[in-house]
Amino acid sequence: MALINFFKPRNQLEEGGRTAAPVQRDQGEPEKNCPNCRKDIPLSRLWANDLVCPCGHHFRMRARQRIRMVADQGSFHELYSDVRSGNPLGFPGYRDKVETVRAASGEREAVVCGTAKIGEQNCCLFVMESYFMMGSMGSAVGEKITSLFEYATEHRLPVIGFTVSGGARMQEGLLSLMQMAKTSAAVKHHSDAGLFYLAVLTDPTTGGVTASFAMEADIILAEPEATVGFAGARVIEQTTRRSLPGGFQKSEFVLEHGFVDDVVARTQQKKRLTELLKLHNGG
Amino acid sequence: MSGAPYERVKLARDNSRPTGLDYIRNIFQGFIELHGDRRYADDPAIVGGIAKLNGSPVTVVAMEKGHTARERAYRNFGAPHPEGYRKALRLMKQAEKFGRPVICFIDTSGAYCGVGAEERGQGQAIAENLMELSTLCVPVVSILIGEGGSGGALALAVADRVWMLQNAVYSVISPEGCASILWKDAGKAEEAAACLKLTAEDAKSLGIIERILSEKEIGKREFYERIRTLLSRELSELSNDLDLIGKRYARFRRIGACTAEG
Repeated sequence: MALINFFKPRNQLEEGGRTAAPVQRDQGEPEKNCPNCRKDIPLSRLWANDLVCPCGHHFRMRARQRIRMVADQGSFHELYSDVRSGNPLGFPGYRDKVETVRAASGEREAVVCGTAKIGEQNCCLFVMESYFMMGSMGSAVGEKITSLFEYATEHRLPVIGFTVSGGARMQEGLLSLMQMAKTSAAVKHHSDAGLFYLAVLTDPTTGGVTASFAMEADIILAEPEATVGFAGARVIEQTTRRSLPGGFQKSEFVLEHGFVDDVVARTQQKKRLTELLKLHNGG
Repeated sequence: MSGAPYERVKLARDNSRPTGLDYIRNIFQGFIELHGDRRYADDPAIVGGIAKLNGSPVTVVAMEKGHTARERAYRNFGAPHPEGYRKALRLMKQAEKFGRPVICFIDTSGAYCGVGAEERGQGQAIAENLMELSTLCVPVVSILIGEGGSGGALALAVADRVWMLQNAVYSVISPEGCASILWKDAGKAEEAAACLKLTAEDAKSLGIIERILSEKEIGKREFYERIRTLLSRELSELSNDLDLIGKRYARFRRIGACTAEG
């Protein structure tokens, strides 16, 4: 299994649960070097452990893979898969960039939305895609997330959301910025209807997504060592001309400062989501 | 109205433009400033309080950049910390309780990028404002008077009506930031400004704002009187609207450029 295939889109498997067959280890098996423990880890082993290194390092995970990880097998039904952004500003190079990213990622946009069961609990689920322009939020992402919250409000379902984003997508200018207000209003209506929303912040969750629906959940969890913040660390260093404290903007730092409820390892997330969904569904 | 987009950016940033407090002093009567977020601190980059508009009480919240070097440093150049947004929200909820309309004046290059701001939840503070403003039960009118820098500006602009001064700008990212990300060259800000469609006319044609305010005689009595008249008229109209929140939801709900394809 080549590295390229490992990260290749597996759209056809989106309802397939954890179907990845364990690859037999042989001499030619590819490995991935862990940036934390520096060891070479066989891909099959990573794959079987939700892309978490034995040392605890969380590798980046694709949206569809995450859906297979948390949704009960065969339970995910995608919604709004045909929504895509236009090029409203005629921003130079944007259309080509999107086409390239779509071809490479196999995704139409930077978020995948749908309904699913998690531990037999019905919910709406959205998972952002870091491999699509680093999960940036333009009109399509805003529209899909807003529509999902409206769907959840109408059908009285909880929402589970995995965020990963560099922020608002600058190529759609003000229209991207307004998606922060649009999604926030939809979250508020869902919340006012007494419904449950849980967000899991993954690496990185920054900018306009942090400053909107990522921080608006009833319960906010974060993956270990994910970067979670508003402004980029480099921008802060340039603005303040100060070196940044150790662990700055990491999940554990954000937990310490009181802005997430807990840091939960990926391998424990399905269990925790199930427990919390059950607790908000009459126990 | 004239000038290339980047000229507008320079005009919007010009130190001699009226700042938030100038608008408050000249449009309203008897402004009483109220300080602090009741959580951590008082942020001088956002000024808020109660005043009268043609005899009726209103809550006013304004970003303030200051004019002199000293003032500007004290106001952190109009870049709010989370405390500023939390103070704004506190005053808006207070306005809701007492049935006062809210008027916001926006002028910031963006929410402050600093260690303390991150530690105290800049993103969370903005997010909460967006969420809470979307269902605030009193009329909200926001006016961009200079720079409208990204989420830091939007946090006071989830309103029933959003107006812009003719030389104000409103953008998802600064032209310098955009140029340095796209072309690794902040010097190409002029090109970026043109791409970002950040002028008042652009914002109006994109359906982001309702009205462009002329800068004729800016800073003079006539200028402020014109805005006062427009505000009074708009607020009396909004105050009679029984579906304020529904319309505010719809106002933002329709914004975006999406297509559906098979």
